[in-house]
Amino acid sequence: MAEQEVLNKEEERKPQAKMVPVFIMGQKYEVPEGSTILNAIEYAGYQLKKGVGCREGFCGACATVYRLPGDYKLRGGLACQTVVQPGMYLAQLPFTPAQKAIYDIDEVKPDITTFQKFYPEAFRCLGCNACSKVCPQELKVMDYIQAIMRGDLELAADLSFDCIMCGLCTMRCPAEMAQYNIALLARRLYGKYMMPKPEFLYKRIEDIEQGKFDKEFEEIMSLSPDELKKRYAERDINFKIT
Amino acid sequence: MTVKIPYYPGCTLKATAKNFEDTARLVAGVFDYELDDLYRWNCCGAVYGLSEDNVMHKVAPVRNLLRVKEVGEKRVLTLCSMCFNTLKRANYYVRKNKDKLEVINAIMYLENTTYDGSVEVIHLLELLRDEIGFDKVKKAVKKPLSGITVASYYGCLLLRPNEIAIDNMEQPTVMEDLMEALGASVIDLNVKTECCGAYQTVPRKDLVADRTNLIVEEARKAGADLIITSCPLCHFNLDRRQKEAKERHPDFHPMPILYFTQLMALAFGFEEEKLGFKPHYVDPRPLLKERGLL
Ligand code: SF4
Ligand code: SF4
Ligand code: SF4
Ligand code: SF4
Ligand code: FES
Repeated sequence: MAEQEVLNKEEERKPQAKMVPVFIMGQKYEVPEGSTILNAIEYAGYQLKKGVGCREGFCGACATVYRLPGDYKLRGGLACQTVVQPGMYLAQLPFTPAQKAIYDIDEVKPDITTFQKFYPEAFRCLGCNACSKVCPQELKVMDYIQAIMRGDLELAADLSFDCIMCGLCTMRCPAEMAQYNIALLARRLYGKYMMPKPEFLYKRIEDIEQGKFDKEFEEIMSLSPDELKKRYAERDINFKIT
Repeated sequence: MTVKIPYYPGCTLKATAKNFEDTARLVAGVFDYELDDLYRWNCCGAVYGLSEDNVMHKVAPVRNLLRVKEVGEKRVLTLCSMCFNTLKRANYYVRKNKDKLEVINAIMYLENTTYDGSVEVIHLLELLRDEIGFDKVKKAVKKPLSGITVASYYGCLLLRPNEIAIDNMEQPTVMEDLMEALGASVIDLNVKTECCGAYQTVPRKDLVADRTNLIVEEARKAGADLIITSCPLCHFNLDRRQKEAKERHPDFHPMPILYFTQLMALAFGFEEEKLGFKPHYVDPRPLLKERGLL
């Protein structure tokens, strides 16, 4: 291979990222096209200590608000999951101040009165849906609050299940409630008092505690690798769970 | 063939006024109607916002109307007088103010469709009177309510403002006519469209207790055994505040307060357990037993 060709190849291998302009808290930066907001912020030279966590879209730490050129809508997204767009105006929210009730889950009832007591502001919901508009998980936030307002905790638990508690809805709510903490209470109550109980699990735990399987375990532990392999190959895969 | 009618429940009918909803379902079923809960709904707004330019308070009711349109329906049935009032007034408002409707639609941009004012809001009493007809109601009676005298209390929400009224706003008769069709005796309650005190029941129990005292005493003087209503808030005030009415007026006598659907279900022969009398503060069962209806 001629020297020039090698050089050309190397040139190709170099990242050829196109740069796009974004405005981070009002300041213009050129960042590589296709990067996430989080990468863009770091590329621009910020060191994030707050407002970042898992980098995988699960922890909800990186809530960001942004606008796109020519569009009045204030959008919400997770910095680690949202790809930058040219001309984006953005600011990250390091933290959402939110009211959070203190309760003993053993002492509270799974009905509407608990919410009236701990989160009376939930009942101020106007039905504006500003919360759903901004939710990065695309949850029906208004609908889960509305479900709570009529005591339907099962629906509320279901609709809010994928909430990652990023706080964006709370920052937008004209009724000034913290939807995600309210929904957390709904899911806790649903889980503790309303969800069908796994009776088989309690029975199995009891069996284990009474030593029902101790002998079998001891025997398994004493087997040689070859004997274990043999057992594995001969195992009954159509057994019934009792 | 069963007619499925789109139904907006409202939160009270799913919580404290479950007996109203349950008996309404039974009654509708007798005429082959099925109340079909909207697949998604939010609070109606609870109180109609009176300030003309505060569109935010009209988004909630209009969004519910949009839900009806969204599933391709033309009308929606309500039971709670408050929901009826809020939804129908918001509908009237957006029909009259196309510019405001545009603003509301713009706020609701997340929805798949827009609202256009096309849905009709109706109350169960209208369905019974105008579509089913009281003749049919009469024919469905298995246990005529002869032996009891009923006072009908309308309050304000079914009748005011006039644009949304289901009947003559000063002299309504739809509930009296319905009760006569069930075989009951009726009286003309002189205070049937007066205020029950509404939400004053929270900060001013005393004031509402005095309204309750007045309304119940007027009904008694006119010879009524019980009062019917179609509003969970009126029901709460007239029933629960009898406790305070008694404390403030020693001569006060308790009187049962029922939803009109409970009496219909009784007249149509449904068993006592289905009539939802348990949550009542003033138990109607002794009276109904005494008159041979239970
Ligand atoms: S519901 Fe609120 S807190 Fe939960 S993910 Fe959506 S915006 Fe974030
Ligand atoms: S933002 Fe607040 S007021 Fe608006 S719909 Fe959501 S919870 Fe209700
Ligand atoms: S009242 Fe204020 S927050 Fe609400 S829409 Fe108007 S300007 Fe916005
Ligand atoms: S009027 Fe009352 S019962 Fe009806 S939906 Fe609104 S809050 Fe609920
Ligand atoms: S860093 Fe955890 S969700 Fe973005």
